[in-house]
Amino acid sequence: MSIRHAATAVAVLALIAVPYAINQPYYVNIASQILLYAVFALGLNILVGYAGLVSLGHAGLSGAAAYTVAYLLAAGHGHIVAIAGGLAGGLVVTAGFAALALRATGISFIMITLALGEIIWGLAYRWISITNGDNGISVSSRPAPFGLALDSANTFYYATLIVFLLAVAACAIFVRSPFGAALTGTRDQPRRMNALGFHVWMIRFWAFMFSGLLSSVSGILFIYYYEFISPPALALTSSAEVLLMVISGGAGTLLGPVVGASLVVIIRLVVSAYISRWNFMLGAIFVAIVVFMPEGLVPGTVRLARTAWRAAERRNLLGWTAATGQKS
Amino acid sequence: MTALAVKGLSKSFGGLRVTTNVNLAVEPGERRLIIGPNGAGKTTLFNLITGELAPDNGAVLLFDRDITRVPNRDRAHLGMARTYQIITLFPRDTILRNALLALLGLSPLRWNPWLVLHRQQHLLAQARAALGRVGLEHMADRPLAETSYGEKRRVEIAMALAQQPRVLLLDEPFAGLSIDERRDVRELLKAIPRDVTVIMIEHDMDTALDLADRITLLHFGEVIVEGTRAEVVADPRTREVYLGE
Repeated sequence: MSIRHAATAVAVLALIAVPYAINQPYYVNIASQILLYAVFALGLNILVGYAGLVSLGHAGLSGAAAYTVAYLLAAGHGHIVAIAGGLAGGLVVTAGFAALALRATGISFIMITLALGEIIWGLAYRWISITNGDNGISVSSRPAPFGLALDSANTFYYATLIVFLLAVAACAIFVRSPFGAALTGTRDQPRRMNALGFHVWMIRFWAFMFSGLLSSVSGILFIYYYEFISPPALALTSSAEVLLMVISGGAGTLLGPVVGASLVVIIRLVVSAYISRWNFMLGAIFVAIVVFMPEGLVPGTVRLARTAWRAAERRNLLGWTAATGQKS
Repeated sequence: MTALAVKGLSKSFGGLRVTTNVNLAVEPGERRLIIGPNGAGKTTLFNLITGELAPDNGAVLLFDRDITRVPNRDRAHLGMARTYQIITLFPRDTILRNALLALLGLSPLRWNPWLVLHRQQHLLAQARAALGRVGLEHMADRPLAETSYGEKRRVEIAMALAQQPRVLLLDEPFAGLSIDERRDVRELLKAIPRDVTVIMIEHDMDTALDLADRITLLHFGEVIVEGTRAEVVADPRTREVYLGE
């Protein structure tokens, strides 16, 4: 346990040191992007990894939050109102998604979330009086909490880092809680859970709401990071990209979505500078992950490390018995 | 007062009548054995009693309270627990966590998203005690996937007992067990205190017969014979159903 605490402390210090270590606004911005997508992936992972419900409509949830913030700011409201409104907007849309999609599980659940996500995308595209259609909405300023302007790459990175750490902590606590245990129970054996006295639907609903809350938070980070939102951010490809982060990193693990978000964002931004068909690269890497580590990068690496460790132990043991055998 | 009463219960799947006007009255503390050939509708009757299926007609009463419209999950809170013929456990979790989930199902803690489950000492103690009753306490921390079939059967029973039910429904608790395992499970079921009413489905008459106070023979969804052990064994209709004479 103390090793885990030490590793967590080292990781947090490393994240704090990032702006000093790279000291270039472009790369610090990439780090901010990774963190905001990691929050999104953590949110989706609650459903995909812990509830066993694969959603392909989550870009609609973060998008609803981002659009609400943009709309409220454009209407002349302050940042506090806009952020509160964004969270509320995201959660209202999440509740609607949950109420409709949770009538089903499995493939049907995927299809309903996909359809709902497309509806939100369609609204962003066509409800021009609110969303400005294809042109999107620009945001002219970032908030300045406690008088600290988030305009520079470094300050925005630290604000995002704080939100990210809070999200990771919330997920870590949630996963170990009785409710988290109930949620994984509904994933593995819903029928038994019902017979044991659990309200399976209601457990899934609140998990969906938690997932939607994190997605909305990432949507708010998104709108302040890019200072712009337009319909493509809500499209099916955006939802699929976040799902890719979760699955490639390792669904149902705490670290997996974070690793997956880093992988996808780095490939998109860094590799695309050298290879114009960066999607091909992403696809190839995903195929490799599915072939060699179907459970995802984080659990896959743990598995490989464990096998290597055991093999080394066995070798040591054999070497030791051989040596003692020689002596006698 | 009856512990469990079933009145005029019927259920059809399309044109197939799987339960036809079944009546049962089980006294508190009774051991009732339900037998019948494959496809007799035994498990369906259990699913109707526990509320996993809704009946077309009839009523289910638990201690004289009509629970026909009470959802499956709420019946656990009213003191009804069951095991499954096909192992229905949580394979990714440890044995202890399986038992914990059974306890959590009846605890208001199950809605709590911030406490640490594995620090809930009273729940842990109860879970270990439940595993102790079936002789699995020493392997509580073993992943369920690494246990034998017989041990899984005992986990099923431990989870049902952990909920301290007033009425316990056991669906073929001996299915797939070796002779030694059968003997162990039989001793375990004999040790269940008499304040728990037990209704058991079992194929294997030899193993289950001496556990039962009364026996109900089901065939094609209908009650054919009901009575004491001796009455049912002696009844020519029992022989007819089982041997086709």
